[in-house]
Amino acid sequence: MNGFWAILLKEFTHLRRDRTTLLFTLGVPLLQMTIFGFAIQVTIENIPLAVLDLDGRQDSRRLVDAMVNTRTFQVVRRVNSLEGLRRSLTSGAAKAGLLIPADYSERLLRGEQAEVQLLIDGSDSQVASTALNAGSLLVMQMAVGRARMFGEAMQMAPSRGVTGKAAVPIELRPRMLYNPDLKSSHFFVPGLIAIILQVVLVFLTSFSIVKELEMGTLEQLFVTPVGRLGLLFGKLIPYTLLAFAELLVILVVMRLVFDVPINGRLAVLIGLSLLFIVTALGLGLLISTVSSTQLQAMQFAALIMLPSVLLSGFVFPRSEMPWPLWAIGFVLPVTYFVEILRGVILRGAEIADLVPHIFGLAICCAVILGLSLTRFRKQVG
Amino acid sequence: MNNEAVIRTESLTRRFGDFVAVGEVTFEVPRAAIFGLLGPNGSGKSTLIRMLCGVLRPSAGTGSVLGVDIGANPEAIKRSIGYMSQKFSLYSDLSAVENLRFYGRIYGLDAARQRRREREVIELTGLGPYVDRLGAQLSGGWKQRLALACALIHEPEVIFLDEPTAGIDPVARRDLWDLLFALSHAGVTMFVTTHYMDEAERCTHVGYIYQSRLIALGRPGDLKVMPEVTPAGTRRFEIQCASPAAALAAAKNLKEVRDATLFGTTLHVLVAQDLTPESLLGLIAAGDASATCRPIGPTLEDVFVLLSRRETARGAA
Repeated sequence: MNGFWAILLKEFTHLRRDRTTLLFTLGVPLLQMTIFGFAIQVTIENIPLAVLDLDGRQDSRRLVDAMVNTRTFQVVRRVNSLEGLRRSLTSGAAKAGLLIPADYSERLLRGEQAEVQLLIDGSDSQVASTALNAGSLLVMQMAVGRARMFGEAMQMAPSRGVTGKAAVPIELRPRMLYNPDLKSSHFFVPGLIAIILQVVLVFLTSFSIVKELEMGTLEQLFVTPVGRLGLLFGKLIPYTLLAFAELLVILVVMRLVFDVPINGRLAVLIGLSLLFIVTALGLGLLISTVSSTQLQAMQFAALIMLPSVLLSGFVFPRSEMPWPLWAIGFVLPVTYFVEILRGVILRGAEIADLVPHIFGLAICCAVILGLSLTRFRKQVG
Repeated sequence: MNNEAVIRTESLTRRFGDFVAVGEVTFEVPRAAIFGLLGPNGSGKSTLIRMLCGVLRPSAGTGSVLGVDIGANPEAIKRSIGYMSQKFSLYSDLSAVENLRFYGRIYGLDAARQRRREREVIELTGLGPYVDRLGAQLSGGWKQRLALACALIHEPEVIFLDEPTAGIDPVARRDLWDLLFALSHAGVTMFVTTHYMDEAERCTHVGYIYQSRLIALGRPGDLKVMPEVTPAGTRRFEIQCASPAAALAAAKNLKEVRDATLFGTTLHVLVAQDLTPESLLGLIAAGDASATCRPIGPTLEDVFVLLSRRETARGAA
């Protein structure tokens, strides 16, 4: 631990004088929180809809109104030819087109099956599947409603509710737990803590070491009696504190700005975050031992960041991934930490609920720290 | 005590894969000596210094600094040596005095000693007016002085300087050498690598490393009188004439001339004993009445050039 205080004090002086790093440390998280918390809306509403209503009577208008009332669709254009409908979709003005045939009302009146067509632009799969689900559900509900009406009129029903009215035989009663309003910020912001901590820690620690390597100051230090551990702890502790402060800021912003409640225990959250912070520091250190320039360090860090964002389950559910990509997730510390964060923050999970994830994170931590500590030597060449 | 060897190596070797960076180097440096290590770029000077400073493990052979083995116990050496590298390797966002304080803390100086040493090295290097400047704001010469001050903060017994004067102006260069002499008088041993022959002449001992091997070793005066440098039956002359370049071309065609080089506006030649100065002038500067010829001794450069050529010839044979 020789020279620990010397390095620690020096590192704080660097931090105080290096405005760019401070800006990076504080600016990047704010930017990421804004983007993921506000800009990315996963719940899709107001899909632009073009309507070709060849019927135009009360029943067809009721259908169009019902579609708009779901808030999933928004009528942007009413056209009066098939060609017009087609053009609305090819031009991108509408993402869905509703075609109501001229005999829609008559068929309903006569008790024959009426058909309406919903054309969906499949190029954006998320929008398309939302349109498909919302459209099918709506028409299904209207159809059931009509069926019930006929049944009542004929004094018969497949089943009856508590009030004795005709009802569908099985009704699903869903209840959204943990995130009742299905706000995407509840999904993204807790996971974002892992991403932000990893970005800041991996970049800052690897840069602070490789910068000294590039400047030649590291070799100068190797010639002094500074201890390996003194050098490492002196360099890493300031960044640990910085990351910890950042964690607190993110938690406060998450609670106050995004209104995400912390349902679990704060002590569990902070304790497990510290485990992740140590892991990310080790990752930064590991990168610094394989890079000889800051540019290389940045490339390595970017190489780790990409799968950490895309394959950890932070954005896309891992259960949907093909198995090789799914497997990669297991070697990323972020994967475990994202699960832990969502568990503690959203579901109020306790340590006992999270054992597999804590175990995974601890193994990552041990492997990464072990590798980087054996690679970091007071030797050149 | 004066003859005690502070640095000692025995067949010290470092290989990087198949490449031999330093090959079987054996030498000794006595206390308070200024040992100058010369050699072309890539000849292994920095590798040798790194091994002696304990940051690079030798592949074979042994070495010791102040009696401590560099292979077995590299960390033990570091407390009593100073190191100044060829490029400025201090913190440019720290002021001069902050750099000094940082290194003081690294060496674990207590507060009183830190204050005393800060005062002493600032006075020695004349850094006084610049103590509050950031490293980045210092000029080349002052950066080197600050680097030396930092290397001296813990009163090391040995200092390793890797091309300390590369890229600084002549005045700063001379000032730095004056500092080195002052330190040598105070009993500090210095190991300096350089490209400059005039700096080599100032050293108490020199070594010349060529293609990873140490091919010359000794005091500058002793090296110049080596028989290989002025082989039996030859003499050295300095020729002053109107067109030295033409004289050089003429000299190179004579079989009696063993070696000829331009030295500023003069020509240095090594010729067979039986060729008199008068006939030499007649052969290479015919018709130049003002041409003069006087006998001279070899310079260190002559020594190193001759030894390198011999080594190359041996390698080719």
